Amino acid sequence: MFKSIKCATFAAIRCAGFNALRCGYRLRLSMRFFNLFGEYVLLMRKVFSRPEKFRVYYHQTIKEMDKLGLQSVGIVVVVSLFIGAIITIQTAYNLGNPLLPRYIIGLSTRDVMFLEFSSTIVSLILAGKVGSNIASEIGTMRVTEQIDALEIMGINSASYLIMPKIIATVLFNPFLTLVSMFVGIVGGWMAGVFTDVTTTQEYLWGIQFTFVPYYITYALIKMFVFSFIIATVSSFFGYRVRGGSLEVGRASTQSVVSSSVLVLMANLVLTKLLL
Amino acid sequence: MITVSHVYKQFEDGRVALNDVCATFDQGKTNLVIGQSGSGKTVLLKCIVGLHEVTSGDILFNDVVFNRLNFREKKSIRQKMGMLFQGSALFDSLTVEENVMFPLEMFTQMTRSERRDRANVCLNRVNIVNANHLYPAELSGGMQKRVAIARAIALQPHYLFCDEPNSGLDPRTSVVIDTLIQEITHEFNITTIVNTHDMNSVMGIGDKVIFIHQGNKWWEGTSADILHSDNEELNQFVFSTELTKKIRP
Ligand SMILES: Nc1ncnc2c1ncn2[C@@H]1O[C@H](COP(=O)(O)OP(=O)(O)OP(=O)(O)O)[C@@H](O)[C@H]1O
Ligand SMILES: [Mg+2]
Repeated sequence: MFKSIKCATFAAIRCAGFNALRCGYRLRLSMRFFNLFGEYVLLMRKVFSRPEKFRVYYHQTIKEMDKLGLQSVGIVVVVSLFIGAIITIQTAYNLGNPLLPRYIIGLSTRDVMFLEFSSTIVSLILAGKVGSNIASEIGTMRVTEQIDALEIMGINSASYLIMPKIIATVLFNPFLTLVSMFVGIVGGWMAGVFTDVTTTQEYLWGIQFTFVPYYITYALIKMFVFSFIIATVSSFFGYRVRGGSLEVGRASTQSVVSSSVLVLMANLVLTKLLL
Repeated sequence: MITVSHVYKQFEDGRVALNDVCATFDQGKTNLVIGQSGSGKTVLLKCIVGLHEVTSGDILFNDVVFNRLNFREKKSIRQKMGMLFQGSALFDSLTVEENVMFPLEMFTQMTRSERRDRANVCLNRVNIVNANHLYPAELSGGMQKRVAIARAIALQPHYLFCDEPNSGLDPRTSVVIDTLIQEITHEFNITTIVNTHDMNSVMGIGDKVIFIHQGNKWWEGTSADILHSDNEELNQFVFSTELTKKIRP
């Protein structure tokens, strides 16, 4: 009798202990999250202050558009072309039932490209390419004291370095979305016609069938938000680097992981809000 | 003139880097801060220019308490500062000429050709020729230091800060850079602070010398006094090499 009570008490204590431990862990984790978020907000406040000199900022923005936007066109085109082609072939392969109309191939290629791929998946690709680029560039500037050099001159380094990147990506990336849509449709058409699973007429009919122009707006809005997330989050991780090249590498990885996760979370919210 | 008054600096991890440091740095003189590696020279310099917040104490630029100003107020003083970092800190993405033109572009209304002329004057002053269109990565360490000096003097600063301007350089280039700093200081009547642990610099250009030991100001004097001091730590620092032991009086 006593023994069982003792056992039960121990079990209860152990359980409570574990719970407390788990609670503590969760608490620490959420504290860390709120700390980071607070830091992020403070940095953004510093970023969005009045620029020192508009002309210089303008030139920086153009440079960043070239570096972060134009130089991403290649990868977006290649990936979209192949994904468009693959969706077409996959859909055709799965359309075993001869009663189903063949224009579904074009339609599904269009919908997948427009609704998800050209905004969300392209954003994930850009989070890898542009995000790591931004984080490592700013991080390297931090560890080689170039940011200190800017501060010494009396320049708001956060604003000077980050604002042009945000403006450049937010303005340019929606254009990448349009490119991706177009190229994906073309890729699907090429694959369909070359492998004989559909004809040009069927495909063209498919991509126009029950077309909702709002889908384009929807994709552009999503891309706008995702670009903001990618540029700010990776700048944030780059800007707060302390130490040396090891930390720069870590910041770059961290920025890709965090901005990808945030893009997916934002996608969920936006899809619920916009559709 | 720059005055450091009872400055105390403790980092977040609890380490104390500066402990109640008081010093004055005079205008028109090269003021040297010397001390062993890790003694707190860089931290002191960064506290003076405001890259580190001081834990307590004050930094005065001609009677203005610099560390209590807000970002906007600091800005007007900062535009009169030039700084040479331990690792040069040139902007990787800009060429030599663009690096020197950068502060001019940010803070003056000069036209492009005026800026280019001014940059060339500064680059000539530090003996950099025919390198205008190279990138920092394509320069040698000594050249990078000299370009960094050119950038620091582009806006004709009232204050010049140099963190180990000749670390990692050969003795002859060191002398060139030291002389350059001294000449510029006297020529434009600048308040210059130089961090160094190079005894050649100390003997060569030290108008005033401050010795930091484990975060404390341990000794202060002129380069002539330094050989005759009876301060034990200072003597250990000064006469640490065979060469300096030979000149011990
Ligand atoms: N950001 C920091 N966080 C914590 N401690 C620091 C930081 N920066 C410097 N320190 C510590 O402060 C002390 C003084 O460092 P400091 O860089 O001023 O040395 P130094 O005199 O410039 O040396 P060197 O001649 O090698 O450049 C060191 O013990 C260092 O570990
Ligand atoms: Mg140092």
